[in-house]
Amino acid sequence: MAEPNHVAEPVSDPATPDAPRRPSAAAQMKPPSRTGDRVFLGFSSTVSVLMAVLVLVIFVFLVKAAIPALTDNDSNFFTTRTWSTDSSPLNFGIAALVWTTAISAIIALLIAVPLAIGVALFITQMAPKRLAGPVAFVVDLLAAVPSIIFGLWGSIVLGHFGFLNGVRSVLIAVLGWIPIFKETPSWSDVGGTIFLASIVLAIMILPIITATSRDVMEQTPRDQVEASLALGATRWEVIRMAVLPHSRSGIISGSMLGLGRALGETLAVTLILQQVSQMQLKRLFNPSIFTGGDTFASKIARDFPEALNDPKSLGALVASGLSLFVITFFVNAAARTIAERGVKR
Amino acid sequence: MAKRIEVKDLNIYYGGFHAVESVELTVEPRTVTAFIGPSGCGKSTVLRTLNRMHEVIPGAYCTGQVLLDGADLYGKGVDPVAVRRNVGMVFQRANPFPAMSIRDNVVAGLRLNGVKNHKALDEVAEKALRGANLWDEVKDRLDRSGASLSGGQQQRLCIARATAVEPEVLLMDEPCSALDPISTLAIEDLINELKEKFTVVIVTHNMQQAARVSDRTAFFNLKAQGEPGRLVEINATDKIFSNPTEKATEDYISGRFG
Repeated sequence: MAEPNHVAEPVSDPATPDAPRRPSAAAQMKPPSRTGDRVFLGFSSTVSVLMAVLVLVIFVFLVKAAIPALTDNDSNFFTTRTWSTDSSPLNFGIAALVWTTAISAIIALLIAVPLAIGVALFITQMAPKRLAGPVAFVVDLLAAVPSIIFGLWGSIVLGHFGFLNGVRSVLIAVLGWIPIFKETPSWSDVGGTIFLASIVLAIMILPIITATSRDVMEQTPRDQVEASLALGATRWEVIRMAVLPHSRSGIISGSMLGLGRALGETLAVTLILQQVSQMQLKRLFNPSIFTGGDTFASKIARDFPEALNDPKSLGALVASGLSLFVITFFVNAAARTIAERGVKR
Repeated sequence: MAKRIEVKDLNIYYGGFHAVESVELTVEPRTVTAFIGPSGCGKSTVLRTLNRMHEVIPGAYCTGQVLLDGADLYGKGVDPVAVRRNVGMVFQRANPFPAMSIRDNVVAGLRLNGVKNHKALDEVAEKALRGANLWDEVKDRLDRSGASLSGGQQQRLCIARATAVEPEVLLMDEPCSALDPISTLAIEDLINELKEKFTVVIVTHNMQQAARVSDRTAFFNLKAQGEPGRLVEINATDKIFSNPTEKATEDYISGRFG
């Protein structure tokens, strides 16, 4: 990075036509001290390289810790639903974890994104100033609630919340023919289910999606808003013609950030989700959200204390952590691509 | 279709600030009226009251009457959205919708009015673009983004968009101030054609432009800094530029403005 600067310097103080006639001017052309530049450049490039190295080190650590368990695995790592690492040979796979992680995060996103867009539109377009400020503040405050609190509240309070059980009954009655919404025996209410975890995840990712959406909406160019107003657009039509097209890519990247958070959220999910027995997992794949399960994160959090003394059990957990790492990496990459494409338009 | 505008005792306020005081003027149908005056004298503000655009700024309001062929735009129960559908506006900075194609930009106003028929929309788009002297330049790329055009083309696109809904009045707020001389000439020619169908009111900083395009000219001024702006004189453009009634007008147009 430093090179172009040095190359450019001789060009920036050439013998200008004035120089021979006015030697004092040439003296003033002495290049200014660049110590600050050099220190800053050195510092920032070191830090950037270190960050990249750090990611690589984490990745290598994960792979190294996972290899012994993976080589001793008697089952297919990607298609096996059960998890047994107590004795060699190991039998474990991430199929059930992938499903639970993905479906809970996606449902959380489906709930949170419309709400977040609504709240952001309310704050930036609809609400009078004295109402918009407090609403924005409260939503931001939601982001400050520790996830353990969400976990406790979700499992203790929401699990017995009549409204959610009503929603569950309606979904089962109307959409029960779709495997995802199928009623599952012995799961008679929302307590401990993936559905409940999704609701809590939705609340947890609402602030970040709202905040990013709000930021882009606030930056809707004034002339775009006036263009639509002058054509006789109503408030909603201004939103449709000017605000949403301008905010689209921002909303998408905010949603992806939320998705990333939902995929990796651990504490709240661990407290809310009740596990499904290995026997049940083995017997059949139940894609329903009205049952329990484990996400990558909750599985690791639950099994970690026990696995600590057994490198292979630990390695199996690390392998699942690695899978989560790869998945979130691709989600972030997708978010970036979409955001950049939005800028180019 | 083109209508007469009568402004009666119009006072405009931004919150507690009295921006413009008791304006009285009449704009005849199918004429071009230019508003000139120093910055901050309220000419753009007056223009924006003619389609109720000024009130989108929080705290802005006005008193008095703006009559469009006798109907008060500020009468009880008049919907500002309906007013703006009848009084089109072109802004200082060209502002096509970047997410829409050229064609969709032109018909955006018609879409708001509920026109859905593709063929009808296509016809209107062509007619409006021809009217804005832009058709030949864009006919092969109607599906490209409106933002892909040059500044002058974008401004003509905005004029096409404003005229596509066949408004009764067309307001232009310094439409050429961000354009090069050739694009400016194109727009001025266009204004001359537009007045055959529309009543045009144009705010301009450029007195030559006012002299070139307008039939009548209104000169706005401030008595002093912090005082409300007011209409000093409105008259035939020839008279304003050759033999104005007011001393302040003469000082301004001859550059002796203090």
